Amino acid sequence: MTDYTPSEMMAVAASRRLADGMTCFVGIGLPSTAANLARRTHAPDCVLVYESGTIGAKPVHLPLSIGDGELAETADAVVSVPEIFGYWLQGGRIDVGFLGAAQIDRFGNLNSTVIGDYDSPGVRLPGAGGAPEIAASCKQTFVMLPQSPRTFVPRLDFRTTVGFGDGPGSREALGFTGAGTTAVVTDLGVLEPDPETCELVLATLHPGVSVDDARAATGWELEVAEDVGTCEPPTDDELEALRSLRTIEEAVKA
Amino acid sequence: MAEVTTLQRAIEELVRDGDTVALEGFTHLIPNAAGHELIRRERRDLTLVRMTPDLVCDQLIGVGCARKLVFSWGGNPGVGSLHRLRDAVEQGWPAPLELEEHSHAGMAAAYAAGAANLPFGVLRGYAGTDLARRTRVEWVTCPFTGEKLAAVPALRPDVGIVHAQQADRRGNIQLWGISGVQKETVLASSRSLVTVEELVDELKPRPGGIVLPGWAVDAVAVVPGGAHPSYAQGYYDRDNAFYAAWDPISRDRERFADWMRRHVVETADAAEYRERLAETARAGAVA
Repeated sequence: MTDYTPSEMMAVAASRRLADGMTCFVGIGLPSTAANLARRTHAPDCVLVYESGTIGAKPVHLPLSIGDGELAETADAVVSVPEIFGYWLQGGRIDVGFLGAAQIDRFGNLNSTVIGDYDSPGVRLPGAGGAPEIAASCKQTFVMLPQSPRTFVPRLDFRTTVGFGDGPGSREALGFTGAGTTAVVTDLGVLEPDPETCELVLATLHPGVSVDDARAATGWELEVAEDVGTCEPPTDDELEALRSLRTIEEAVKA
Repeated sequence: MAEVTTLQRAIEELVRDGDTVALEGFTHLIPNAAGHELIRRERRDLTLVRMTPDLVCDQLIGVGCARKLVFSWGGNPGVGSLHRLRDAVEQGWPAPLELEEHSHAGMAAAYAAGAANLPFGVLRGYAGTDLARRTRVEWVTCPFTGEKLAAVPALRPDVGIVHAQQADRRGNIQLWGISGVQKETVLASSRSLVTVEELVDELKPRPGGIVLPGWAVDAVAVVPGGAHPSYAQGYYDRDNAFYAAWDPISRDRERFADWMRRHVVETADAAEYRERLAETARAGAVA
């Protein structure tokens, strides 16, 4: 079996969560890589939707931005930004929202706005983009981010996007239609929400990672599933497909 | 009827100090040449409105044209931070920058409301987030179902600026590919400017093409390459290498100032900007 890196395991674990035929609203970066990997392996009919209004994009190269020309050229339809958010996302037609973030808390809420105080920020991050409404309206949300005490925090510096809010009942009270954050894929494993408490629980570990590793990389006291499993390592086919995914610049250089 | 004019004259006549100026183009068709002309004409105290501020706003903020930014995602797509935006927000350099930030869905609804001459846009959003406390959003109750919904005030910029592929001699515009909020920006704004790649004798309808009639636009300027480093589908690709190169240029205040002086302030127009870029590239640096 071929050697692989933790970030490759992360991309493969996330891609396996996407079933064939699902419609997926994709953020740029890790989510876009995982979604494009799914389309090239087990889910060729996974429908990629980007916030630039490209529906059913089938890029040959990995896009650098959510609006690369290749997305529009290969899409089934290209619609305006008000339409993609209004008719398609808020209209309830998207199965999975696929997001990244700078911070996450135990209820799967996300920060992509600011580290530190809003008015005198330590680090000003890009901001909300499509995330709040993607997490509100998609049937479920997957999140990808590396796990460390800096990213898995007891309290977000800013709540940009609601996962389960303050816990059970929050989403319903806010009028959100989707199920919320159903999977958080990290470089150490996968967390899933407890159906009763809505708190993220360590569900599976990547090969070679221990429960103690995951606990040490979490800024709150991490709950661990009784039957915590180990993720299957990437297959050779998955690794080959992942490593062939390149931006057009990388393809030209190679 | 739109006046077909030069970019210099259009900016001179349409944009005043203190105006609220929307520059739109969602990754595609970003009116970068028009942004450069705002810098050359030394417009000041602008409120910039742009969903994805991108390099055009980074440059305007870094040279001190902006007082406030209305936006929903402020990064260099696929690369990282907008360093001039961050410097203004984190350090107040070259001047403090007031922020009014939205989500994409909220800002899109606000543009659509502005185009429709409604006072606000409505959406299911912002609820439960800290954004709600930091931006202009209120809650309304649906008179039919009782559902609580978010209301965002309509965007009504003084000037809306977009880039498109083609215009005819009567100022009718056609654009295609990713269309973002181009149409909404023109229709929501009191005055509008469309820069185009090409003036054609006759606009031939394109699949998925959007036509803006000349009577809905104030000024049209022909600026080939006017979206660079963004792209114009059917004309040229996104200059992804430039977006990457912008990161180190914009990281350092002095390097940024030198770059802006050489490529924008000291060039006469978009054509000379492209020549200067090519010279810099030949000298060994990407940008």
